[in-house]
Amino acid sequence: MYKLLIKYTKDGWWAAILGPLFVILEVVFDTIIPYLMSLIIDTGITQRGGDIDYIVRVGGMMVVCAILAGITGALSGVFASIASCRFIRNVRTAIMEKIQTYDFRNIEKFPVPTIVMRTTTDMRMLRMAYVSIVRMLVRTPLNIIMSAYMAIKLNKSLAAIFVVVIPVLGTGLALMIILSRPRFIAMMHRFDDLNGQLKENIEDIRVVKSFVREEHEKEKFSLVSWMVTKAQRYAETMVIYDDAFFQFVMYACMIAVCWIGGNHIITGSMTSGAFMSFLAYLKAILMSLMGVSMGIMQVVMANASVSRANEVLSEIPDIDDSNADPELQVENGNIEFRNVSFKYSKHAEKNTLSDININIRSGEVIGILGPTGGGKSTFAQLIDRLYEISEGEILVGGHNIKEYKLHNLREAVSMVLQKNTLFSGTIEENMKWGNPEATHEEAVEACRIAQADDFIMSFPKQYESELGQGGSNVSGGQKQRLCIARALLKKPKIIILDDSTSAVDTDTDHRIQLALKEKLGNMTTIIIAQRVSSVKEANRIIIMNEGKIEDIGSHDELLERNTVYRDLYETQMKGVQE
Amino acid sequence: MAYREIRTTRANNVWGTVKRTFSYIGEHNKWKMIIAIICIILSSLTGVASSYFFTPIINNYIVPYIGEANPDLTGFVWMLVFMGSIYLGGVICTTVYKKLISIISTGMLYDLRKDLFNKMQDLPLSFFDRKPHGQIMAYYTNDIDTMRPMVADAFPTLVNAMTTVIGCFAMMTYLSWKLMLLVLISVGIMVWFTSSVAKSSNKYFALLQKQVSNINGYVEEMFSGQKVIKVFNHEEETLAGFKKYNDELYINSVRTNLVSSMLFPVNANLAYFAYAVVAVAGAKFLIEGNITLGALTSFLLYVRQFTGPVSQLSQQFNGVMMSLAGAERVFGLMDMDPEINEGKVTLCNVLEDKEELIETQNKTHRWAWKMPDRNLVELKGDVRLKDVTFAYNEKKTVLKDVSLYAKPGQKIAFVGSTGAGKTTITNLLNRFYDINEGTITFDGIEIKDIRKEDLRKSIGMVLQDTNLFSGTVMENIRYGRLDATDEECKKAAELCNASSFIERLPEGYNTVLSANGSNLSQGQRQLLNIARCAVADPPVMVLDEATSSIDTHTEKLIEKGMDELMKGRTTFVIAHRLSTVRNANAIIVLEHGEIVERGDHDDLIANKGRYYQLYTGKAELD
Repeated sequence: MYKLLIKYTKDGWWAAILGPLFVILEVVFDTIIPYLMSLIIDTGITQRGGDIDYIVRVGGMMVVCAILAGITGALSGVFASIASCRFIRNVRTAIMEKIQTYDFRNIEKFPVPTIVMRTTTDMRMLRMAYVSIVRMLVRTPLNIIMSAYMAIKLNKSLAAIFVVVIPVLGTGLALMIILSRPRFIAMMHRFDDLNGQLKENIEDIRVVKSFVREEHEKEKFSLVSWMVTKAQRYAETMVIYDDAFFQFVMYACMIAVCWIGGNHIITGSMTSGAFMSFLAYLKAILMSLMGVSMGIMQVVMANASVSRANEVLSEIPDIDDSNADPELQVENGNIEFRNVSFKYSKHAEKNTLSDININIRSGEVIGILGPTGGGKSTFAQLIDRLYEISEGEILVGGHNIKEYKLHNLREAVSMVLQKNTLFSGTIEENMKWGNPEATHEEAVEACRIAQADDFIMSFPKQYESELGQGGSNVSGGQKQRLCIARALLKKPKIIILDDSTSAVDTDTDHRIQLALKEKLGNMTTIIIAQRVSSVKEANRIIIMNEGKIEDIGSHDELLERNTVYRDLYETQMKGVQE
Repeated sequence: MAYREIRTTRANNVWGTVKRTFSYIGEHNKWKMIIAIICIILSSLTGVASSYFFTPIINNYIVPYIGEANPDLTGFVWMLVFMGSIYLGGVICTTVYKKLISIISTGMLYDLRKDLFNKMQDLPLSFFDRKPHGQIMAYYTNDIDTMRPMVADAFPTLVNAMTTVIGCFAMMTYLSWKLMLLVLISVGIMVWFTSSVAKSSNKYFALLQKQVSNINGYVEEMFSGQKVIKVFNHEEETLAGFKKYNDELYINSVRTNLVSSMLFPVNANLAYFAYAVVAVAGAKFLIEGNITLGALTSFLLYVRQFTGPVSQLSQQFNGVMMSLAGAERVFGLMDMDPEINEGKVTLCNVLEDKEELIETQNKTHRWAWKMPDRNLVELKGDVRLKDVTFAYNEKKTVLKDVSLYAKPGQKIAFVGSTGAGKTTITNLLNRFYDINEGTITFDGIEIKDIRKEDLRKSIGMVLQDTNLFSGTVMENIRYGRLDATDEECKKAAELCNASSFIERLPEGYNTVLSANGSNLSQGQRQLLNIARCAVADPPVMVLDEATSSIDTHTEKLIEKGMDELMKGRTTFVIAHRLSTVRNANAIIVLEHGEIVERGDHDDLIANKGRYYQLYTGKAELD
């Protein structure tokens, strides 16, 4: 928490300093007031026998102090809110910045809603904790020190009470934190269980309803919900006892002060004015200590938010291009895999890809077929260095991909992902993702190749049509063609189409491939597909299965020698030729 | 950009909502609440009394003895003992009420969650389809939790503040009514300041909520497409867009917090201001003999004391407002209309005895519809749609005048492009949605006359979204029929060829699936879905893209099992892969909500119509 705090206060440091500074002034003025009170009673009334002028003068000072304390207090509030808002703004930006450096493996780790939560709800918690911490670090100790100093000044032997009380309260507080922390953490876990089950129920509501399992689900939910309630009660018990303990100590102090102070007054070693002020300081100290326990609770609760933020911030991308040569550009579309093996996690038993060797020449069209989970997409994503390979090396344009800056590599290797996304905005805006400097003509040209221009022109607003979040305003096949056009606009050396024409009819699919060949003959094209018809005309077709290249060859070669391919071809084509 | 609906932050019907929230304290906790209130009052009164004790202590036990060599302090000691016992009582009361409030408020949340969830299970599917899932989750993760402070914090503070303020003012008036008037003036200033601050922060508050939801929407959209962002080197732009929203939010949240952050210090020091004024005036009274030293001491303590709970209360203002808004959303959901379920016809197992159907509790693999007049109609699986028209909303008709039939045991396939209405038809069969016009009959009985639970039990659904539950593989299969034995579950898994991969899992059937089965491949999850339906053994089945992620090779392997499963059952199949639908008794080609072709595979290929185009890939299908 504190590390985060210091790191992200950076540009708000002036507010972060001014805030506590005004707090110091406020506390000083606040502390003077009870002392002035004792002057009124002891000097004004008792010693000078009712000197009204003196009393009014001192009273005036009290009023001035109160006003000054009010102003400085308000200012400290202003600066605290500026500092705290800046702080969370910076953390939020840092999270978003960090996410942008993630590789695919990192991205897969975090479900979307948790990221959303981290940038909103968690940040609110963090802001509150920030304010509490600043307050706790500055106001409380200062308040205690100042009040204790004044109390000692008023009567040393009476102030000895603090020597007993403060360690007792401190121990109580420490004990409470130590004991209740694990309970609160357990409570958070129960909340996670509840949310998990809830999410499942909402997502699977069709299953629930079609199997008529509403009652079953109600029972399940009632159980996890009760676990939350139990955990909540268990966690809060400590806090309640701690509160009671505090109150008990406070009252015990009052009685002790009355007794000792009373005796002092009777023997004449303390004035009654001093006694009154002493009571005020005693209360100030006890209240500050009570505030500490509340502040600590807030920090404990914010801890979960902090660790969630840290989880995102401390995630280390595997892929590092800091040693790459920024000048190095991809010259051509040659691709070479040398003994490449890959697994998604270090702990995984099985390689997702093992011992891949292949040489693809610039301008070649390569088709990849194979069962789901066979490693097709992984193979393609490695070319763009979206994951880091475990063994071997991959060369693009004659250089190891690790020698390129990621930016340069990805500019040259354009990828249409299987699960592709369009963003809210117009078609034209989405196209420009590929190349922000592209002209309208270039965008149209890319759309023509991807066979998207026709349907775009049929929309009333054409290239200015709004796509909606996730491209919800166009059909699946149209979306895929827009995604291809967007990727083409980059003018890449290599394009990878990962199952990106599955919703496009074969004729259009065929036309896309013809256009690609005709207009962009030098570009290496890798097509991953389910349909044999999508890859039939490729120079070579790779059959991938269980992470290995099973066979490579042209359509005719494979048809002759590869039974899997022949099977696939026949099932898909049967009926047409009949 | 049209992001999620902006959640209102202000309640409309304040009193109604407060009353309903408090009604959730419940009958069984009523006495706990009454005891809690009494304890809060007693504990506040202890606080009030503690300040008063200084009057007798100073006046009666200290001042008279000043300077005495051997003062008789027994009275003083007894006074302190008396004080101590009152204090102890106060501490006990505080502990009791805090514990009680903790029990009551957590119990209230439990009841609320339970009621809300129970209610939600009975809502029609349209609710789940229309509302983003994140928003439904927010009812539980946000709204219900915001309701707690109203009962757990604001209410005790209110009781405490009222008791303290009344107690303090009563004591102040008793000690010196003239000084009390001085205090009233500064209270007036405090109230004025607080209310004007609250007013100005309200304005920014609504804007703040809107900006937070903007950020929410942006992060959601961008992170959903994070992989695409990577591939297109679009990180800088994404960040720039984010910073724009973030800066807007920052500026406004500073403004919002600015006013409220001034509230506390200003009010606290206004109390000091009053303290100073009273001190001067009190000193004057003391000289004139209008007040005793003890009374002045107590009075000054009261000046500081009564403002404490009041400023606590003002700090809780925003919290209560959020509570109310949350409560209103929660109650809004609770007041929604549940699914209509007016049918009276039920489903039962039957056996045939001397050509007569007899109802039985045993599993006989034969079913019958039990009419309201107790007549039994055998369930054969004859499903007919007649002139069915349906629209999800008034704007767009999804199905127009659709008529079709499935004779008992037939396999009917639907093909057509996205949005043609295939899935919609299956949603109408089990009444996930209700038709607008026309009739759907099941063995001659209109489906709206059948009790929904029984209708749905009779139709087994295997859906495209491979939704599994956390739990073991076995538990997931058993979800189809809760009383199925392990053997029956295993048999179902074998039938659809899922057993081979299940047995290869580390713990076999006892392997625990993480959230939504993410440790399985899409195809494996679909196999489990099929097994779950097989164990339910329904008379009618709907397979909506049930094998879309199973590769052609595996699909071939399970073909036999699927045929076995479909044998004797009326089955509706929706498939993307035309090889799956080839052997259907009838294939129905839908386009824009209308049936454009029907017939078996050979007929339709011979027709060279839409199906032929689809099959040969000449038309777009997805």
